[in-house]
Amino acid sequence: MTPPLAAAQQDSEHDHDPDHQAVPSDPALRTKALESVLVARGLVDRAALDALVDAYEHQIGPRNGARVIARAWVDGAYKQRLLKNAKAAIAELGYGGAEGEQMVVVENTAQVHNLVVCTLCSCYPWPVLGLPPVWYKSAAYRSRSVIDPRGLLREFGLELAADVEVRVWDSTAEVRYLVLPERPAGTEQLGEAQLAALVTRDAMVGVSRVVTPHEGAQA
Amino acid sequence: MNGVHDMGGMQDMGPVRPEKNEPVFHAAWEGRVFAMYIAIDGDWPGGSGRYQRELIPPADYLRMSYYERWLTSLSELLVKSGMVTRTELETGVAQGGNSKGRHMLRAEEVAPRIAAGGAATRDVPVVAKFHEGQRVRARNINPVGHTRLPRYARGKQGTIVRDHGVHVFNDSFVQGLGQKPQHLYSVRFAARELWGPQAAATDSVYVDLWDDHLEAA
Repeated sequence: MTPPLAAAQQDSEHDHDPDHQAVPSDPALRTKALESVLVARGLVDRAALDALVDAYEHQIGPRNGARVIARAWVDGAYKQRLLKNAKAAIAELGYGGAEGEQMVVVENTAQVHNLVVCTLCSCYPWPVLGLPPVWYKSAAYRSRSVIDPRGLLREFGLELAADVEVRVWDSTAEVRYLVLPERPAGTEQLGEAQLAALVTRDAMVGVSRVVTPHEGAQA
Repeated sequence: MNGVHDMGGMQDMGPVRPEKNEPVFHAAWEGRVFAMYIAIDGDWPGGSGRYQRELIPPADYLRMSYYERWLTSLSELLVKSGMVTRTELETGVAQGGNSKGRHMLRAEEVAPRIAAGGAATRDVPVVAKFHEGQRVRARNINPVGHTRLPRYARGKQGTIVRDHGVHVFNDSFVQGLGQKPQHLYSVRFAARELWGPQAAATDSVYVDLWDDHLEAA
């Protein structure tokens, strides 16, 4: 299924207008040159770049979102606040900021399954999920999620019954969406931290369900 | 612009390939590009990097990895705004300084910068043209510049399900045509309205659209 990309590869070897977005070969070398110039010009500080990379590699990621989901599962009043004003409820747990200036949480139930995409780009709720994985930004996901969500979900291993309503949220503006997955059955005895450990990034995007370790082993 | 970035509903793009235990950045340079884009105090309106990525020629856009697009768009913005020269990018040797006295983000300012973010909402009184529950039609427009109205929704009828408040209108803002603050809505389109009888009758797609994208149905 790769002919479009193969064709694109061939086209890109044809002549380019040199004034229009030239594409030299090695992005690592281009990045190094760019960083050297910006540092020498006093436009960026290497220590600040290190701090930004560290923040998104080690501090801001889907464990934040998992804590939000677990709290909503154990605290009904919190869940209502989360569904009504997600930004404020998420801020109660200390998360917010860039790419989460306005957030909406959509709830999965036995009858409704939500799926989040950004068909035009890569919009994603950074404060609760971190930076998006490659597949979320891929042409395959962006193109198919809106026209064939059920087929797409089947590839992720999620077969939805015909009577379940699928709601696809295309993040075309600056509102960021987070899915509140269903709490799996048989987890009544688990505490909030144990529940958070079950919640996956994929479930909060809507491409999978949250399962218990027992179910996971069977799958 | 009816560009290749507007992918919703395209077919034959292949299977989705999730990666197990995927790292946040697949190479160090990806993290540096990401961080430079966030850190730099550029002369462009917020969101311009995204518009610049849409201007990448379509064959290149499809071939490039995500952060190659970021690197290309950041480089273009820096050159277009006169902050660096093409020669500097090619040689890695700076020929000038921080001539306009731009703020250089310091490490200790990173956490506050992330926490502050950059709200797209505007606290200005703008009357909403539509209300929740109202039937609307996405306008049939084909602008050559930036637009957040995806092709697959144009000309289609939907229902306003939520008023998100007054937002900067990106279609205008990133092209240097002003913020044009106006109401933004979540609009529900039945999957069959968008895709015909092949779609499930139960399903729908929700798209965030501004007043200027919509007309009463």
